[in-house]
Amino acid sequence: MNAPVKPELSGTDEARGGAPLLSVRDLVTRFRTDRGAVTAVDHVSFDVRAGETLAIVGESGSGKSVTALSILRLIPDPPGSIESGQILFDGQDLLGLSEAEIRAVRGNRIAMIFQEPMSSLNPALTVGMQVGEPIHQHRGAPWAKVLRQARDLLGRVRMSDPDARVGAYPHQFSGGMRQRAMIAMALACDPQLIIADEPTTALDVTVQAQILDLLQDLAKRANSALILITHDLGVVARYADRVVVMYAGRVVETAPARELYARPRHPYTRGLMASVPRLDGDTAKRLVPIEGQPPDLSALPPGCAFAPRCQEATETCRLSRPPLRAVGTRHQVACTLEN
Amino acid sequence: MAEPLLRVDDLKVHFPIEGGMLLRKQVGSIRAVDGVSLTVNRGETLGLVGESGCGKSTTGLAIMRMLTPTGGRIAFEGQDITAYDKAQMRPLRRRMQMVYQDPYGSLNPRMKVRDLIGEPLVVHGLASDRRAYEDKIASLMRTVGLLPAMADRYPHEFSGGQRQRIGIARALALEPSLIICDEPVSALDVSIQAQVVNVFVDLQQRLGLAYVFIAHDLAVVRHVSDRIAVMYLGRIVEIAKRDTLYRSPQHPYTQALLAAVPVADPVVEASRSRAIVSGEVPSATKPPPGCAFHTRCPHAFARCRTELPALRDLGDGQAVACHLDEANG
Ligand SMILES: Nc1ncnc2c1ncn2[C@@H]1O[C@H](COP(=O)(O)OP(=O)(O)O)[C@@H](O)[C@H]1O
Ligand SMILES: Nc1ncnc2c1ncn2[C@@H]1O[C@H](COP(=O)(O)OP(=O)(O)O)[C@@H](O)[C@H]1O
Ligand SMILES: [Mg+2]
Ligand SMILES: [Mg+2]
Repeated sequence: MNAPVKPELSGTDEARGGAPLLSVRDLVTRFRTDRGAVTAVDHVSFDVRAGETLAIVGESGSGKSVTALSILRLIPDPPGSIESGQILFDGQDLLGLSEAEIRAVRGNRIAMIFQEPMSSLNPALTVGMQVGEPIHQHRGAPWAKVLRQARDLLGRVRMSDPDARVGAYPHQFSGGMRQRAMIAMALACDPQLIIADEPTTALDVTVQAQILDLLQDLAKRANSALILITHDLGVVARYADRVVVMYAGRVVETAPARELYARPRHPYTRGLMASVPRLDGDTAKRLVPIEGQPPDLSALPPGCAFAPRCQEATETCRLSRPPLRAVGTRHQVACTLEN
Repeated sequence: MAEPLLRVDDLKVHFPIEGGMLLRKQVGSIRAVDGVSLTVNRGETLGLVGESGCGKSTTGLAIMRMLTPTGGRIAFEGQDITAYDKAQMRPLRRRMQMVYQDPYGSLNPRMKVRDLIGEPLVVHGLASDRRAYEDKIASLMRTVGLLPAMADRYPHEFSGGQRQRIGIARALALEPSLIICDEPVSALDVSIQAQVVNVFVDLQQRLGLAYVFIAHDLAVVRHVSDRIAVMYLGRIVEIAKRDTLYRSPQHPYTQALLAAVPVADPVVEASRSRAIVSGEVPSATKPPPGCAFHTRCPHAFARCRTELPALRDLGDGQAVACHLDEANG
């Protein structure tokens, strides 16, 4: 498992040069709950470049969705609020925009795809109207033209018989078709950034492969950046150029995908990789679980959030919180033991 | 060869579809399970995989006789239980248990852990000696990796992984020979999945349990199973020993499933050919004629569209239901 790290094939990184399309800096998002305030996103920083697929991986409750919703300023307030940080998109801080200005960005320059297409589609409206809605809203196009474009979009997401589907209702669609419709809606205004939050978790594995292949193909072709949120290390390995690993609202490690899998540096990342059985793994070997329980955000220890479950934790780990530090080109890790 | 622990022959479970405005009448049926045959030996794990709606849970429930089969035969520990009623099943309940996907939904939230785990013992009249009963509960808790000191807590005070351990302890209470596990780790986070998978593996080694392990995660199933059956629309399309199935899958559907699962290694992924099967699983109310997979199969030919392929034995425990295979073989 110590293969040399090959250079990234996608040529997205330094080769492309220039500033990142999205630069999240020290983002903090908190919720007030009946168990006290919880910091769901705790000084999170990462970059995404045009044409790049960035995976955010972590277990449930680690802050992946809240990060995504914060970027689009969709955090319900109350109980939540973005406390501090910057979200620089194409040079502009989204946190400084007025409500009208951020609405002009949503569904237009940044589009989002959610896990459950059924709850984000309106059962009373035709699929064509919903897919075309962003074009109507952001481009002010008349409905006749919008529906023609919706039809083309359904074709682009390779839905069979798009002419008939435009007039159909969501309940007439299978789970996979609904997610295709959501992708069509996301693509409507040619976004520079697409955020897909566990877009295939509710789907079967053969349909998952169809949908993720389609999504990545369309994003790469348009040179759009894609943030793919998932808890599946296989999905990350198949689709990501770069990876952000989150634990308890914090980024614990970030690296190019190949580098991360070849040389995981954070004990949590290593733990995750050892705990999932692989399709090509050694079945005689016992799985090595991460011992202990998932973190409770309302009662985190003062130091590293992973320290209570970490086999290697020292006194320093328990007392002071390790910052994210570079351990290689574009490889950063938040672990005291790695310095 | 010894009689298998469980033998299922041509099992059918059809659910009626009712229609009509005033008088309810049956207008069709869902062929949830439509001719499944399998065996499970003592101490072994049979994995059951396939996409949602293919009939895995229904097969499990029918084996447990929580559903009455429409047809076929189920024999457990040498007894034909197909037509057993509740009273006849009662003594067998001790030998055959089930663990569910959703540990929360299957545990009564108002019962303490000690009572949840002890309930099967009470129901079967095995709790008369208070001291032995308490010892048994403590020992069951330790067996699944829970601290006996937590016996007075309620399910909501536990994490998902711990709740699944409670479910397993409950299933173990009556010392069964077979546990049907229906997606037992699917709802758990990956770091916790491994803990619970290891509990299953260890228990089998210690207690010689047999499992029917139902899951849609092919990597997890591969890790725990001795043999694996692949289902598609109510039928088994392929069954084989674990390594045979993953190394040389014969049915185009098995091949499609395995190709769709990503491997957690970017270097492997970059060099893997990805023949992704198109379409989705058709409705079980009107399954396609012939081989049900023909609508998505890249190799389908005329015969596949009209004639149902039988499960053919290929030797060494492998059997496949595919015309293509017969034409080649
Ligand atoms: N609406 C909300 N109200 C209160 N707390 C919330 C809310 N949404 C999220 N949280 C908190 O934020 C944490 C992170 O949630 P989330 O980003 O949804 O996790 P993930 O997507 O990684 O599973 C949760 O554990 C929860 O404590
Ligand atoms: N009680 C029921 N009544 C009617 N249809 C059912 C019932 N239970 C399951 N089904 C149907 O039977 C088929 C198989 O379901 P199930 O056994 O739950 O599949 P799986 O566990 O493989 O996802 C599905 O089409 C499902 O909708
Ligand atoms: Mg989420
Ligand atoms: Mg099921």
